[in-house]
Amino acid sequence: MDATGRLSYDDVRDWIRRFAGEIAANKQYLTELDSAIGDADHGINMDRGFQAVVPKLDALDGDDIGLACRTVGSTLISTVGGASGPLYGTLFLQFAIALGVAGPIGLSNWLAGLDGAIAGIQRLGKAEPGDKTMLDTLMPARDALKQALSEAATPSAALAAAVAAAEAGMKATIPLVARKGRASYLGERSAGHQDPGATSAFILVKAARDQWVV
Amino acid sequence: MKKLINSPDRVVDEALAGMAAAHADIIRVIEPNVIVRKDAPKKGKVGVISGGGSGHEPMHGGFVGMGMLDAACAGAVFTSPVPDQMQVATRAVNGGVGVLHIVKNYTGDVMNFDMAAQLTESEGITVKAVVMADDVAVKDSLYTAGRRGVGGTVLAEKIVGAAAESGANLDKVAALCQKVQDNVRSMGMALTSCTVPAAGKPTFELGEDEMEIGIGIHGEPGRTRMKIAPADQVAEMLLTPILEDLPFRSGDRVLAFVNGMGGTPLIELYVVYNAVNQILKGKGITIARNLVGSYITSLEMAGCSISLLRLDDEMTRFWDAPVHTPGLRWGV
Repeated sequence: MDATGRLSYDDVRDWIRRFAGEIAANKQYLTELDSAIGDADHGINMDRGFQAVVPKLDALDGDDIGLACRTVGSTLISTVGGASGPLYGTLFLQFAIALGVAGPIGLSNWLAGLDGAIAGIQRLGKAEPGDKTMLDTLMPARDALKQALSEAATPSAALAAAVAAAEAGMKATIPLVARKGRASYLGERSAGHQDPGATSAFILVKAARDQWVV
Repeated sequence: MKKLINSPDRVVDEALAGMAAAHADIIRVIEPNVIVRKDAPKKGKVGVISGGGSGHEPMHGGFVGMGMLDAACAGAVFTSPVPDQMQVATRAVNGGVGVLHIVKNYTGDVMNFDMAAQLTESEGITVKAVVMADDVAVKDSLYTAGRRGVGGTVLAEKIVGAAAESGANLDKVAALCQKVQDNVRSMGMALTSCTVPAAGKPTFELGEDEMEIGIGIHGEPGRTRMKIAPADQVAEMLLTPILEDLPFRSGDRVLAFVNGMGGTPLIELYVVYNAVNQILKGKGITIARNLVGSYITSLEMAGCSISLLRLDDEMTRFWDAPVHTPGLRWGV
């Protein structure tokens, strides 16, 4: 990301690559979270998906951000399985659609992509805020970013706000009773545990800030 | 973790290769991890497919063959398969008169099967899907992902498979599957959790004197944890919500399915069946058919589930029909 907040193709590609690395590094942690209120495979599945994504990304020509995101989305759908595959796949597919541009983008484009991604996830999974899902991280992050940009914050301040909101949203899932996904089978027992999907979503947002703000 | 495997990342592939070799007279395995009936596609016959995470064997791959499934998609352990797999399976069993997808009610399964159905529809194959949601441990409310598809799925696959084998059309086969879903209820319990190979340790820990009631088939915790009780009491604890939910009534004819979760020996399953038999007799419910064994498992989880299907003549007839699969075989 340059000083004016323009993101090149390489910036976007490197964000996804960084996310893939963070997923691999946090594979066991995510799996542990998913053991408490799930079936112990979130980290494993996401890692499998992103191990497949990286070489596909590397093989692209490197000039079309939308194509890169679509490639990530369809690769995830074909490799991850479970609910995470379709949900994260939709995240990247809808991101690409909402972005609408191939070339360098600004943070406001990235926000539009995030907006589209959230709408797509909601259409597919039908979750609402507070259901204890990835949306409980992504929605606050989107809102904070939107707020910051509307107040003409610097790109790095805007991303910092997004990450802080994402982190707060992720942690706020701890006391929630899950109303969607496998955790919902546990009823009240899902309370007291951080949601694995909300955690991987936080890692996604943080990876953007970590990659783009030096 | 002590498992009879080579490495966690090769478990599914090696197991499928083993199944294909062991049952080469009935099935073949095609990429990507789809088990197909050897003589598929059968022209003029409705194709029936299902699928799900691996780790529930014999379900679903062990139920591929004459009189049951035409194909099954094997996902990673406890992970729904991906749309590509269902697309391949649907094409492989397409006899020109449509394909039925039997889908267990889990968020991932429903999403992936739905994506696949949309994709194959655009190829000109008519697909109908029926969702199995027979678990009474979960409230089917706005506040959950809905009831899980568990033991009733095995019964549906047999009954529906027989109907398709007899030449019934797609509408009829789908309606029959829905009829099974509407008349079957299940509940499970566990004495231990299980260890997902790639995770390396049990999904949850249970004390030496504890049991978990209302479990699913993916090693996840259930609804309540309590002190372990004798088998007769456990049977009562599982049957009561099943009976109340449909509800089953005195005079009903049922199929009673006592299922092992994978780590419980047959001797214990028969102790449980003995209790089920007494309890149902006491309630004036006739067990017309039964199934006892480990058919829908959760790796090595110790425990059992009970499914009761309220039968009618049609479902009984299709249950009795010949079947020839790795996991279930009679009449041939």
